[in-house]
Amino acid sequence: MTKVQSIQEAVQHIKSGSSLMVGGFGGIGNPPTVIKAILESGIDELTLICNDAGFPHIGIGQLITKGRAKKLVASHIGSNPNAGKLMHEKKLDVEFSPQGTLVERIRAGGVGLGGILVDIGVDGLVAEGKEKVGVNGRTFLIEPPITADVAIVYAKKADTFGNLVFDKSARNTNPLMAMAGTVTIAEAEEIVPVGGLDPEEVVTPGAFVDMVVKSEGVNWAWAWE
Amino acid sequence: MGMGVSVREAIAKRAAQEIKDGMVVNLGIGIPTLVANYIPSNSNVMFHAENGVLGTGPAPIKGEEDPNLCNAGGIPITIVPGASYFDSTIAFGIIRRGLLDITILGAFEVSENGDLANWIVPGKIVSGMGGAVDLAQKAKKVIVLMNHTDKHGNPKIVPKCMLPLTAEQCVDLIITDMAVIEVTDQGLQLIEVKEPYTVEDVINATGAALHVADFVK
Repeated sequence: MTKVQSIQEAVQHIKSGSSLMVGGFGGIGNPPTVIKAILESGIDELTLICNDAGFPHIGIGQLITKGRAKKLVASHIGSNPNAGKLMHEKKLDVEFSPQGTLVERIRAGGVGLGGILVDIGVDGLVAEGKEKVGVNGRTFLIEPPITADVAIVYAKKADTFGNLVFDKSARNTNPLMAMAGTVTIAEAEEIVPVGGLDPEEVVTPGAFVDMVVKSEGVNWAWAWE
Repeated sequence: MGMGVSVREAIAKRAAQEIKDGMVVNLGIGIPTLVANYIPSNSNVMFHAENGVLGTGPAPIKGEEDPNLCNAGGIPITIVPGASYFDSTIAFGIIRRGLLDITILGAFEVSENGDLANWIVPGKIVSGMGGAVDLAQKAKKVIVLMNHTDKHGNPKIVPKCMLPLTAEQCVDLIITDMAVIEVTDQGLQLIEVKEPYTVEDVINATGAALHVADFVK
């Protein structure tokens, strides 16, 4: 049994109107080949869940720039002016969460928890409209978990069972998103047979991963190039 | 920020003096990033990046950048011996658990009791808080680097912040183009004045009351 699929097969699981989690941080670790396939398809009206809005022509930023998203759940959009512009034009609904809270909510969704208790922002704007709870004399916000219809992640290596190994700082939010998709598609630079990964080096167990696709590599110029 | 390179560097150099051997430190985007350039190369400082690196090193040589090895601002980095990679929940676990000795951030406004506003100017700058709330609320020491006044000359150090707060009573030290100011239980304490400014210049450019330390001329 193998979870390896063609990019065309995999992308059929992403429908217009889906919630889509995209692993990565500042474009780094966004899965380039799946994003390219989404751009080439007619998929739109997406609810994107990502650390940030990427850069205008890098990673997830391209989906926002091309108007494929109706909503973005993120911690920061400053690196992609198109996101701010669309937000002000009311063409993109943006929901902000502090970065640490956002990633922990995604992890919570991925591991089947009912939410997290966190005191980040408990006295400020972040707390507006949120329920509070006291534990051991401290006050926490109740932050709900996040899952998505589909999660797309980028890995350095995958085996055919879907075990994933990441690459340096491109690990970032990828292992968290990989756990939180109802369907998880992992794009890997290299795909090896089962037994080809040292179990000690596996970061994401293959049980969380539904499909593995071969990466064609990054097809954009980086902001610093 | 409308300040010259040498002013930015002077602020970064002064901030670097706060970092001691063995500390775990997070540097924000902008001037704070420059602080790393002024840390002695033989010191064992571990710089933390929110995306998931502890032990970031200097920028790589041009042409040797690795797109999969970047800081939280998306800029290529190297790593130092002893560095580690982890996912973003662990990166923020280090922050929330109070394991950062220092975080160095920018600011729109700082109040006399150390309240920080640095993530939203309603209707104007709405880029999201990123990791600023986590960092400001949880680091053991919060250092703000900024221009003493805004581009219109209005004080950024004020009795009370008008902008929504990033975190309350979190700032410990303010380093600007004009001065170094400590936030203490007794209010703001002016501890250094930078040439060519005078104590009076600093007082006039500050919106909140300043106690001038005895040793400041």
